[in-house]
Amino acid sequence: MSQKVLLTSKEVNIILHRLACQLIENHLDFSNTVLIGIQPRGTYLANRIKALLENDYHIKEVKLGFLDITFFRDDFRRGEKQLEAHETQIDFLIEDKKVVFIDDVLFTGRSINAALTAIQSFGRASEVELLVLIDRRFSRHLPIQPDYRGRQVDAINDEKVIVSWNEKEGEDAVYLI
Amino acid sequence: MSELSVNHLLGIKYLKKEDINLIFETADYFKEVINRPIKKVPSLRDVTIANIFFENSTRTKLSFELAQKRLSADIISFSASQSSVKKGETLIDTVNNILAMKVDMVVMRHANPGAAYFLSQNVKACIINAGDGSHEHPSQGLLDCYSIKEKLGEVGGKKVVIVGDILHSRVALSNIYALQLQGAEVKVCGPKTLIPRYIESIGVSVEPNLRKALEWCDAANMLRVQNERMDVNYFPSTREYTMQYGVDKALLNSLEKEIVIMHPGPINRGVEITSDVADSQQSVILDQVENGVAIRMAVIYLLASKLQK
Repeated sequence: MSQKVLLTSKEVNIILHRLACQLIENHLDFSNTVLIGIQPRGTYLANRIKALLENDYHIKEVKLGFLDITFFRDDFRRGEKQLEAHETQIDFLIEDKKVVFIDDVLFTGRSINAALTAIQSFGRASEVELLVLIDRRFSRHLPIQPDYRGRQVDAINDEKVIVSWNEKEGEDAVYLI
Repeated sequence: MSELSVNHLLGIKYLKKEDINLIFETADYFKEVINRPIKKVPSLRDVTIANIFFENSTRTKLSFELAQKRLSADIISFSASQSSVKKGETLIDTVNNILAMKVDMVVMRHANPGAAYFLSQNVKACIINAGDGSHEHPSQGLLDCYSIKEKLGEVGGKKVVIVGDILHSRVALSNIYALQLQGAEVKVCGPKTLIPRYIESIGVSVEPNLRKALEWCDAANMLRVQNERMDVNYFPSTREYTMQYGVDKALLNSLEKEIVIMHPGPINRGVEITSDVADSQQSVILDQVENGVAIRMAVIYLLASKLQK
């Protein structure tokens, strides 16, 4: 199984800084904005972005929540895969707030479609944007595009893009396998 | 493991410990869902469920209906008193007629023990047993254990006493199986006439004295006297039953430690439990009802994910 490195640890970190700066350009002091990490793997990216915004760029108190979309997926009972839920943790209302979904890889767009339905359970957002680390171009099944992208990647369907994080796998890197 | 080892929920006796852990984990997520502003998830949009109750029910019927609605399933409810069963239609015919309308799952409560199992062998649908006579009431057993886990942190190693009419109680048997599967120690307490003979053979010990039982336990599950199932008098009078086996605040306060009080409902206030106990801080009776919806959502969701498309 060949494994190609798409992004090294250094490149990932530069990209994270760039994404944080792009967010600040649009959302300024984040007083009206909340970040929502999509479970399970968007949570690491979301935590890192929040840490960067608060520690490196001195934004006071960025609101962060985690959204699990398992029960809103459109492939329930349709595949061999057993669905495994994770925790949803949103301790604030999103009514009239700007929401930024954060996920590691944007592939078909179905997860984000599910997230758009799921987030309605928490109120009516004034705006929803999408931030992803990797955008798999030309793989979309739905008309969904990111507002903030780390790196655009062309990959064929049976290839997988794996994002590894320091907190979980011991290093920040993106692989194509 | 992320799927159940069974295709129906007929009784706790068919479940493994891993199944119970999976149900509890899934129920945690659904408990969060039912506390959101919009309490629905669309997962079971394409599933139709029939609730067939041949015996009366408030809690169980409403709890199942609510769980199904929160999962966005289509539901039809049927109570035997208003149906063709009165005209002599058999159980299998009744259910097959309903299934012909493309119903995927059946939740049934029936007066005969083994009715749910019988149905699962004879019709093509996923069957959930909502109580079969005095045999099992698996969703109640699960939610009782879940409530203990919520209040005490875990079920393994805990001591639970079930008090009251054990002989006629399906809640008792399901609770016994579920608690033992998770490593709890179980005692039963009640009038000798209402304790099944040979109950020790399923690993349960008997404590005839209520005070001693409460001193021993971490949690007490109080059962209602099942008058409707009694063919003879099992004790001289309700008053005598209450004096010996009813719990009041004075008794609770006199114990050395604070125990958890549970009751599957409906409560006969003043008989097995007084109002001040039922409404006290130690009682998780209303939590049991909330947990019931989450547990039933988890069970229905997990069983539905095994339905053939």
